[in-house]
Amino acid sequence: MDAHRPVSWRKWAVGGPPLAYLVVFFAIPTLIMAAASFRSPGEFGGLAPLVGEDGSLDITLESYVRLVEGTVYLEVFVKSIAYALVTTLACLALAYPLAVLIAQSPRKYRDLMLLLVILPFWSNFLIRIYAWMIILGPNAALAKAINGVRAVFGAEPVSLLFSSFAVLVCLVYVHLPFMVLPLYANLEKHDRALLDAAQDLGANAWRRFWRITFPLSLPGVYAGAALVFIPALGIFAIPDILGGPNDTLIGNLIKQQFLETRDWPFGSVLSIVLTVAALALAGLAAWIGRRGSAEVARA
Amino acid sequence: MRRRRIALWTAAIVAYAFLYLPLVIVVVYSFNDSRLNAEWVGFTLDWYRKLLENDEMIAAAGNSLLIALVASLVSTALGTMAGVAMHRYRLRLLPVLVLAPIAIPEILMGVALLIFFVLLNFTLGLVSVALAHIAFCIGFVAIVVRARLAGMDESLIEAARDCGATPWQAFVRVTLPLIMPGVAAGALMAFTLSIDDFVISFFTAGAGTVTLPLQIYSMIKIAVTPEVNAVSTLLMLLTLVLIVVAARISPSLLRTR
Repeated sequence: MDAHRPVSWRKWAVGGPPLAYLVVFFAIPTLIMAAASFRSPGEFGGLAPLVGEDGSLDITLESYVRLVEGTVYLEVFVKSIAYALVTTLACLALAYPLAVLIAQSPRKYRDLMLLLVILPFWSNFLIRIYAWMIILGPNAALAKAINGVRAVFGAEPVSLLFSSFAVLVCLVYVHLPFMVLPLYANLEKHDRALLDAAQDLGANAWRRFWRITFPLSLPGVYAGAALVFIPALGIFAIPDILGGPNDTLIGNLIKQQFLETRDWPFGSVLSIVLTVAALALAGLAAWIGRRGSAEVARA
Repeated sequence: MRRRRIALWTAAIVAYAFLYLPLVIVVVYSFNDSRLNAEWVGFTLDWYRKLLENDEMIAAAGNSLLIALVASLVSTALGTMAGVAMHRYRLRLLPVLVLAPIAIPEILMGVALLIFFVLLNFTLGLVSVALAHIAFCIGFVAIVVRARLAGMDESLIEAARDCGATPWQAFVRVTLPLIMPGVAAGALMAFTLSIDDFVISFFTAGAGTVTLPLQIYSMIKIAVTPEVNAVSTLLMLLTLVLIVVAARISPSLLRTR
């Protein structure tokens, strides 16, 4: 096995440095955070000493207990999942017709149309949030129009900014490209002959869509849903900037624990539960998607 | 058929308008001669002039550029190595570690690195932010480079080896020039990701260090001023140029994220 040796040496020479970097600056910090979730908070923030004055080891499930004990935190989790779900569905509704149109357009226009979807995503995240502060602001045309109509009916003026509405609109706005891309990638591969055959057999456009196009596009739908849902679940900047007092999501709670309350163990618990929830729900969607497409293939 | 196309186009135009209107408003108001972002008053370049006189903003922009430069250089080198290793060898942990930072919520990486740096007594600042940015940029570069390698004709390398090139020579003279567009596009992408990053910088910068997105954040948390419009417009312009250049070099880039 002499020939095998230099390959293995080269393998580590090429793959080793990035691997080492990611172990040090990603894997180890994540593991430390996981370990921190089983510790007690320190007196002045951070962690309590691992070995206490009486020689006892500081290992506890207290922070996990705290999460499930009070309904406050569970409510925040449920609310975050609800926001992420609404965002995912709204993105799907907006993205689907767009993806269909791009997939049906002449090939030479497709790249441009896709580029136009992706470009806003590359502009700064904060600027995209900030833009909605302007649009939904109290002096902007939209708020004036809405409150003008409300005044006619004798209703109190409402503030669009610092509300759940503002948070949801911006969540959809920021995540829309993530939904369009996988949907397009799927729709582009559809065989037109199927639709033509269905039309020949007398299926109308509505039936053709729901019996052929939509079932075939399910893998794209689930991929897009995962790409939207995961980041939407962990967001903190959008509710932080555009939300009102009732729009505290998991991300805000985590930020609070690390930067304000300085309770690292509890913050770690929240981060871990967030990640597990996001990956589990996305994995579930992928699994359903695979099963769904397998069934369509069989049918 | 005709009605359906009209419906599709209407839906698409609504979606495109939704995507672009907010950004257009920011740009337009950056030239508006009014303190309020409410209605068009008249053209002015005052907000840009104010920007140049704003020392905090200039310092923040300098920090951002420095971090983005270092982060993109280092992550391009490491990401290219990771891409090559993932394409050619079987390193079980590598793909997981390369892709995980992209797949999980950003905030997790931010807080994990915060704990890590603080426990090590590592002073939070420019260096910690750059180290964090490198960690999340490696994956993006690796994906672009690996996609490029997957489309490459392997027989070219075999030919070079048959002609007596050492593996290193074959890499430098054949593989590297062929994947160069991917590497360059990856570098531009890493630069953009770094200069735009808010979440991870927010947790790893500490109290004393401010990057451009952090500066924008603290400004909009206090009050909305047209100065923010001006700096946003400039930042968008920079990102736009970088991404269009990157997409020109390597068209497949647009489908990697």
